[in-house]
Amino acid sequence: MEIKVMHQIMEWNEDVSDQVKATLAQHQICMINVMGSPGAGKTSLIVALIKALRSEYRIGVIEGDIAGQIDAETIDALGIPVVQLDTDGACHIEAESVRHMLPMFSLEDLDVLIVENIGNLVCPAEFNIGEAFRVALLSVPEGDDKVHKYPLMFATSDAVVMHKYDMLPYFEFDDGRVEADARGVNPGVTVFRVSSRTGEGMDGLLAYLRARIDAVRAEQAGTKEENP
Amino acid sequence: MHEMAIVQSMLDIALRAGEDAGAKRIRTVRVKMGEYSDVVPVIMREYFAVAAKGTICEGAEIEIARIPVTMRCRACGWEGRVDRRRIVCGGCGGIALTLLTGREFFVESLEAE
Repeated sequence: MEIKVMHQIMEWNEDVSDQVKATLAQHQICMINVMGSPGAGKTSLIVALIKALRSEYRIGVIEGDIAGQIDAETIDALGIPVVQLDTDGACHIEAESVRHMLPMFSLEDLDVLIVENIGNLVCPAEFNIGEAFRVALLSVPEGDDKVHKYPLMFATSDAVVMHKYDMLPYFEFDDGRVEADARGVNPGVTVFRVSSRTGEGMDGLLAYLRARIDAVRAEQAGTKEENP
Repeated sequence: MHEMAIVQSMLDIALRAGEDAGAKRIRTVRVKMGEYSDVVPVIMREYFAVAAKGTICEGAEIEIARIPVTMRCRACGWEGRVDRRRIVCGGCGGIALTLLTGREFFVESLEAE
């Protein structure tokens, strides 16, 4: 016999992602999902963003790692609330993990929550975690073919950051190709060329983030007034 | 490796639907999957075979039907199939496109005894 089912396979994650979104909206917290390969410089960029934005926003961080807590200690040293999410081998963060993490923060004291996803260009792209928007990093030493090889990561991101841009003279890296490939899979994407070490390109990225964060939080405030 | 989490969800859906219908054994799980997805069918089948051991889904076939990526152009109204590596309107070449299909991922039906 045939049994009709019609059941969404990702529903378990989507439902929880919506719950996380609702909790964050209540507290007007803009959550940013930062994704990229191991070694793309996610932690370094997050540290640079915290230093630049901490006078304007109250920032918290969820550090996703398969094992260890080196990155969390780096953020903790800045005096920023950070929770380590040790996935114990899993290659991505799911919405459920984020839902468990939220009570560990004092949510009324946060404006922005940055999630450093697991270093991986494939799996994290499939899972919404309740984020307001996604930033994908691709560092110059990784090579300019990565958007072509891992399209979903870049297709589902709002911004692509070509990171370690100060290394450009030392590598065969065609940044025009990366930008064209990224627009090919994601016409609306915003592309940045950034070195968090030298500060090159940070101004543009910061202006973009400020505008996005403010827009997200204004929308959350609006929704809250409609449904108090 | 994220396929394991997805397979567990697929198995749960199939078991629940199968048990609700009083099935003794599930022969086939039919899945619809958009082409805009990086879930690997071969790995999914291997994981499923392991995860389903000892359940009514043990030995079940996973049939995967892929759904092409189609989009609508917000500028000229064109609708059609789009290569996910080169997302442009097939009518006017514009890039203001809305995804119509290609992100689906669901268990459609079961073949059961």
